[in-house]
Amino acid sequence: MARLLRILRCYWSTSLQAELEYRSNFVVQAIGSSLALAGSIFALSLFYRGAGFPGWTFEEGLVVQGLYSAFAGAIACLLSPNLSRIVQHVEAGTLDFVLLKPIDAQLTLSLRVLSPWGVPDLLFGIGVIAYGAWHAPAREGSVMLAIVAAGFGAIIIYGMWFLVATTSVWFTKIYNATEVLRGLLDAGRFPMAAYPAAYRFVFTFVVPVAFLTTVPAELLLGRGQPAMLLGAAGLALLLLVASRAFWRFALKSYTGASG
Amino acid sequence: MSDAGTPIIEATGLTKSFTVAQKDPGLAGALRHFFRRRTKEIRAVTEVSFTIRPGEVVGFLGANGAGKTTTLKMLTGLLHPSAGSCAVGGWQPFQRTRDFLQAITLVMGNKQQLMWDLPTVDTLKLNAAIYGVSDAEYRARVDELAAMLELSDKLTQPVRKLSLGERMKAELLAALLHGPKVLFLDEPTLGLDVNAQVAVRHFLKRYNAMTGATILMTSHYMADITALCPRVLVIHEGALVHDGGLDELMRRFGARRELKIELARAVERGALDALGEVLSVEGSVARIAVEPAQLVSVVGRALAELPVSDLTVHDPPIEEVVGRVIGKSQRANHAETGT
Repeated sequence: MARLLRILRCYWSTSLQAELEYRSNFVVQAIGSSLALAGSIFALSLFYRGAGFPGWTFEEGLVVQGLYSAFAGAIACLLSPNLSRIVQHVEAGTLDFVLLKPIDAQLTLSLRVLSPWGVPDLLFGIGVIAYGAWHAPAREGSVMLAIVAAGFGAIIIYGMWFLVATTSVWFTKIYNATEVLRGLLDAGRFPMAAYPAAYRFVFTFVVPVAFLTTVPAELLLGRGQPAMLLGAAGLALLLLVASRAFWRFALKSYTGASG
Repeated sequence: MSDAGTPIIEATGLTKSFTVAQKDPGLAGALRHFFRRRTKEIRAVTEVSFTIRPGEVVGFLGANGAGKTTTLKMLTGLLHPSAGSCAVGGWQPFQRTRDFLQAITLVMGNKQQLMWDLPTVDTLKLNAAIYGVSDAEYRARVDELAAMLELSDKLTQPVRKLSLGERMKAELLAALLHGPKVLFLDEPTLGLDVNAQVAVRHFLKRYNAMTGATILMTSHYMADITALCPRVLVIHEGALVHDGGLDELMRRFGARRELKIELARAVERGALDALGEVLSVEGSVARIAVEPAQLVSVVGRALAELPVSDLTVHDPPIEEVVGRVIGKSQRANHAETGT
């Protein structure tokens, strides 16, 4: 464990250093990030000036929006930069170097890069959740439950993302697939009640964005059922196991062990 | 790890074939290919067997696409053999166990593991963490290797600012930080200028003498092989066609010796042709290829009949020798298959 932490510290400090190496780039990225943030706040205020969603007050809707922003930030910090790196590795043939290191390759490929550009979104999201939960108000004692649910949500999104990323071993160009994934995740911006029943089904069982934002929000607001948490846990475990198995299968194909 | 007698690298009937898709040219071909895939099996490496003892430095020669890199990838566990087996330090490479990965390293001249935007020292620290190298060990090894590579003052410069030669030396440093017992080097001097090549060669020689590490290296530069590798493996079209000493390779295939004669005055061309095949005549210097059995008598005749002011006998350049090895095995193959 100590060794893992040492490696993780090296990974993250070097990737942050590499980002900071280009100072002008840093400034441009920081400006871009804050503009996106301002746009996000503006869109939010416009939207909730209308009727809102059935069964969700403005403040309750804010919790969902906050969860969405926080997840978007976390994705920008960890998932997106690592995914683009996997594609680079396969293209340049440097995946070999990853496989030759005495450390789990999936771990390296998932956590190698930490990018600072999602931090504003992450902080903004947490702020909005706190504001919404305070005014909604959240039910006492449900905070832990919501955090656990959000944790399962994080594992679910990681599992889906890594499944897609793994396909780059066969199809090098997978940027498009991740764009589709990102577009579907946008559905998590609003409570599931905002969608017709058929969409709700898709967002719960096919691309389970419901578990990222709506489920933790409902638990936080004290109206979730234990079955929801159980479902999230089951799905998280399933996706984690599936991503692991699929990665091993891809590796067998990469090294020609299956043929 | 193992004593000098038992091999550290062992390949037995090592074979790798790839299935590749066959597609006819044009849109019609693409459509046919879309509905019905035709595939073909290509043998990259065919029943290659050899053993290497601890501490040996072995050169691995062959044309592009002969199967060198595929063999190295099987030995490092990046490719799974289709048939046959290999063992490195007693481990099955394709299982890629932690102990195995701690014991080997792979340097590829055309790929880099150094982080492009950061100084070398950051990659070194990262590798130290990954390989579990302690701080004291890290300092000692970096000091020693950086001094040997004359790289001590370059470690804090961003890698993108280093010259190609410095970058390769830094790659070697990063690849050797964990003290591997077996080094697989794939074209480690690729693209380097002569000075940098000499520096890398010199370093590898010292490293081998100092640590007793085993080295298996491929190179297109014959000077690398003659300077470092007493033993060479020659692979052609996936099959091993020579395994033995470099001198033996020269004797077996480079049978003809090169006679270089400096003449005091010009002579008839016919007098030179009588000695053997005239390779070149430049000013007063003639180069003549001679069969080794006739060498003594030819030298005697030249000294007796020609106005010789200087005479030397050389081995032919190794490029030519390897070319002949490949040429011979090609002819043998063609004779067998009747093509």
